[in-house]
Amino acid sequence: MSTTRTINIVIAGLGGQGVLKASDITADAAFRAGFNVKKSELHGMSQRGGSVTSDIRFGESVLSPMIPEGEADFLVAISPEQVEPNHHLLRPEGTLIHAGLIDAGALKNKKSVNVALLGKLSRSLQLPDEAWMEAIRANLPEKLHEVNLNAFVLGRTA
Amino acid sequence: MRRLLLSGNEAVALAALESGVRLGTGYPGTPSTEILEAFSGLGGRAQWSPNEKVALEVAIGAAFGGARALCTMKHVGLNVAADPLFTVAYTGVSGGLVIVSADDPGMASSQNEQDNRRYAEAAGVPALEPSDSQEAYEFTALALEISERWEIPVLLRLTTRVCHSKTVLLLPECTTRAVPLPRFTRDIHSRVMIPANARPAHRRLRAKLQAAREWNEASGPNRWTEGERALGIIASGVAYMHAREAAPAASFLKIGMTYPLPLDTIRKFATGVERCVVIEEGDPFLADAIRAAGIQVEAKPEMYRFGELNVGRMRRILTNDVSPEPAPPRGTPPQLCPGCPHRAVFSALRNLGCIVSGDIGCYSLGVLPPFEAMDTLVCMGAAIGVGLGLRHVLPPGQRRKVVSVIGDSTFVHSGITGLVEMIYNPPEDGYVLIILDNGTTAMTGMQEHPGTGRTLQHTATGKMIFEDVVRALGVPRVHVIDPTINPQEFENLIAACLDSLDLSVVIARRNCLLAASAIRQYEKCLEPVHEHN
Repeated sequence: MSTTRTINIVIAGLGGQGVLKASDITADAAFRAGFNVKKSELHGMSQRGGSVTSDIRFGESVLSPMIPEGEADFLVAISPEQVEPNHHLLRPEGTLIHAGLIDAGALKNKKSVNVALLGKLSRSLQLPDEAWMEAIRANLPEKLHEVNLNAFVLGRTA
Repeated sequence: MRRLLLSGNEAVALAALESGVRLGTGYPGTPSTEILEAFSGLGGRAQWSPNEKVALEVAIGAAFGGARALCTMKHVGLNVAADPLFTVAYTGVSGGLVIVSADDPGMASSQNEQDNRRYAEAAGVPALEPSDSQEAYEFTALALEISERWEIPVLLRLTTRVCHSKTVLLLPECTTRAVPLPRFTRDIHSRVMIPANARPAHRRLRAKLQAAREWNEASGPNRWTEGERALGIIASGVAYMHAREAAPAASFLKIGMTYPLPLDTIRKFATGVERCVVIEEGDPFLADAIRAAGIQVEAKPEMYRFGELNVGRMRRILTNDVSPEPAPPRGTPPQLCPGCPHRAVFSALRNLGCIVSGDIGCYSLGVLPPFEAMDTLVCMGAAIGVGLGLRHVLPPGQRRKVVSVIGDSTFVHSGITGLVEMIYNPPEDGYVLIILDNGTTAMTGMQEHPGTGRTLQHTATGKMIFEDVVRALGVPRVHVIDPTINPQEFENLIAACLDSLDLSVVIARRNCLLAASAIRQYEKCLEPVHEHN
C-alpha cells in the first residue's frame, strides 16, 4: 500500500464498545509514525448504546476530517449490526474487518475486542509495531496494558 | 517545534493556558464541554457555573479586573448568556475576554442548529472561525490579543467537527506568556451602563469595530490561495477543508475572522475569478453580507443550510446539484441505559397517562420507545414554565395529568425560576414537578454542578440541597424518593400528588449508573479526615 495517498479508516460500533478508544489508538499510531492525521466523530450520545462511528484519515496531507462516502479503505465493525448501515462508506475494493474474524473465546477480556480488531487492521497498514504499542499504552490506563497488548497480538495473528 | 495530536477543544484549552488565561468559566454542553476540563487538566483555573449567563458574568468580572478570561458554552448556551453579551460589547474589557460558542450544525446533540455568527453581528463583537486544531490554538491566542487591543470581547465560533476532530498541531516551544497582574481601575463611564454612559459607549463600540475591520483587511487571519481562475471559493471553518478536498484546483479565500468582514479583500478576490462560490456551514451569513455589499457571488443552495457539510455535499454544491439527497442508512438510536434510574420514572408516567413537559438531558430519551413519555421539549428549564402554561389553559381532564420532569443539572441551570413561577402563579388544580436527580450532568459526560457539592475538579464545595430550596420556597408537598427501589410505590406517589390538587415536588434521587462508581470514589476522598493523636 502506498502511503502517499490518504488512508481512510472507519471504525463503527455501538456506544460503550470502545469505538472512540480504538480510533484514538489508531490515530495516535499513525501520528507517532510521522503522518499527518485527522480523526473525527460525534460525541454526546456515544455512551447511550446508539450507533457510533469514527473516521481516521492519515497520509502526507489530509484536508477534511470526514471520510467521503465510498472512499473508506477499511471498515472496522466492532458490532455485527453496524456493518450494514456503514457499508456504503467503503470503497468497492475496500476491506471489511469485523468481529467475526476474532476468536472471542481467546480474549482474556471480552471488552478488548476493539483492540483485537486493530491488530487485524494493523496487518494491512504500514505502521511500525512500536507505534501501535506506544499508542495502546498511551491511550489506556496501565492496568489494561497487558490485556490489550495481548488482544492486539491475537488480532494480528488471527 | 512541538508536534501534537489534539482535538479542537484541547487546542483551545492549551492556547488559553499558554496565553495566560487566569480563569475559565462555562456550563457543560456538547460539543464544548471538554475545553474547560482540558484547561483544568493542564493546570488552568476552571469552574462550572450554574448556567452560561452566570459563567459569562463571572468571566466579564475577571476581564474588568484586567485578567484574561475564557468562557465556554454550546451554541444554545449563548442564548442564555445573550443578555450580558450585548452589553459587555458596550462596556468593553481590560483583560482579554474570549467567548467560545460551539455550534452544532446537524444537531448531533442539540435541539436546534442556530448559527451564532449572527450573535457576533447582532452584539457587535469580532468573530473568529478556526478550521482545525492548529487554528483553534492560533485563533484562541489571536482572539485574546484582538480583545485587548480594542478592549472588546471576541467570539470564537467552533463547530462540532472542529471541537471533536483530532488534528496535528505544529507549535513553537511553549513560552508561557507573562501577563500583568489583575488590578481594578475605576472607569465609571465605561463600566456602568446607565443610558448617559451607554450612548457614547455604543458609538465607541462602532468605532472599535471599524478599526477591527480595517485590521482584518490588512492583516487578519485570512488566506488567499491562488488557483484556477475558473472557480473561486470563499470559505470559513471546517467547510474550507471539505471544499479544498472537493475542488483542489480552485482559487480560495479562506476567511478566519468572519466578523467584521474584510469586504475589500473579498471584492478583489471575487472579481478576479470567473465564478465565485461562498461555502459556509449553517446560515448564509457570509454570503448575505457579501451580496449586501454588492459583490457578485453564489451562495450554497438553500437545502445545504440544513445539517453538516462534508466533501460529498461540497461536490454537489459546486455542481449546483439540488436533487434530493439519499437518506443515510439508519443506525441504532441511543436509549436510556439498561438499569438507568430514569426508566422507572418514565414507566410510571406512561402508566399514569401523564402529559409530560420535558427538558434537556439524558432523560430526553424518555421520548423514545418503549416509554414515549415526553410531550414537549423546548430549551433548558422550559419543562416547568411550559407545563404550567398547559395547566393554565387545558380542560380539567387533561390539565390534571400535566407534570414537568427536569434533571438535576438542568434544574440548577434554569429550573429554579420556573419553580418560583409555580409558587407565584399556581395552577388551580395544583402541579407536579419531578426533579430527576441522578447526581451528575450525565448527558454531557458526568460533569459536576452545584447540586453535587463538588467542583469541576471533583473537590468538595458548597452544595445546593434541592429539597431545602423547594421547601424554603413554600412548596407544600415535597418528597424525596429512589424510584428504582419500588417502582410501584413511586407510581403511587405520583398518582397521589396528581390527585392532591396541590403543589408537589418529587425529587427522584438515584445516582446515574455510569457515574455511580466515580461518585463513590469522589465521596470517599471527601470524607472528613479524623485526627489521631
